[in-house]
Amino acid sequence: MSVLAVVFILSGTFFFFTATVGFLRFPDFYSRMHATGKSDTLGALLSLIGLALYNGFSLVSIKVLFIVLFIFITSPTATHAILRAAFDSEVTPWTKDGKIVREAGEEKTG
Amino acid sequence: MEDFFLTISLVLGFFVLLCLYRVVRGPGVFNRMIGGSVIGTKTMVILALMGFLYKRVDMFVDICLVYALLNFIATLAAAKYFQRKGAK
Repeated sequence: MSVLAVVFILSGTFFFFTATVGFLRFPDFYSRMHATGKSDTLGALLSLIGLALYNGFSLVSIKVLFIVLFIFITSPTATHAILRAAFDSEVTPWTKDGKIVREAGEEKTG
Repeated sequence: MEDFFLTISLVLGFFVLLCLYRVVRGPGVFNRMIGGSVIGTKTMVILALMGFLYKRVDMFVDICLVYALLNFIATLAAAKYFQRKGAK
C-alpha cells in the first residue's frame, strides 16, 4: 500500500510540474489556462489520493477523499469562471501570425 | 517516509516560487488570478503533507478543507469582480 501511495504522490508531483512549466512558458492567457486548469486539478487529485492510501481506512482518509471530490467539482468551475470573465473583458487569443480569430463577445458563426 | 514527504513539500514549494514569477510579472489581472488559484491548489497539498510530517493529520486535514473552500470562493469572487469590458 505504501508503494502505491508513493507512486500516486510522485505522479501528482509530475502533473504539478507540467502545470508550472506550461504556466510559465505558454504565450497567452488562454493557453496558460489550458495548462493549469487540467494539470493542476489532476495533480491535486493524485497527490491527495496517494495520501489517503498511505493513511489507510479512517475518518481522516474519508475527509481527504471528500476534499478530492470537492476539488474535482470546484477547480473546473473556477477555471470556467476566470475564462468567462477574461473573454467578456475582451482578452484576445494569441495566434501565430497575429491575426485576430474572432472578436470577443461576438457569437460564433458557422 | 518522512523524508519523502519533506522532499515532496520542498519541491512543491519550489513550484510555488516559480508560479510567483508569473503573478508578479504576468501581463494583466487575469494571469495574476490564475497564479493565485494555482498557488492555492499547491498550498493545499503542502498542508496535507505537513499534517503527515507533524503527525497531526486530523487537525491539518480540516485546515486543508477550509483552504480549498476559501480558494474556490476567492477565485469566483475575483472573476465576477473583474468581469467587465476593457479590464485586460
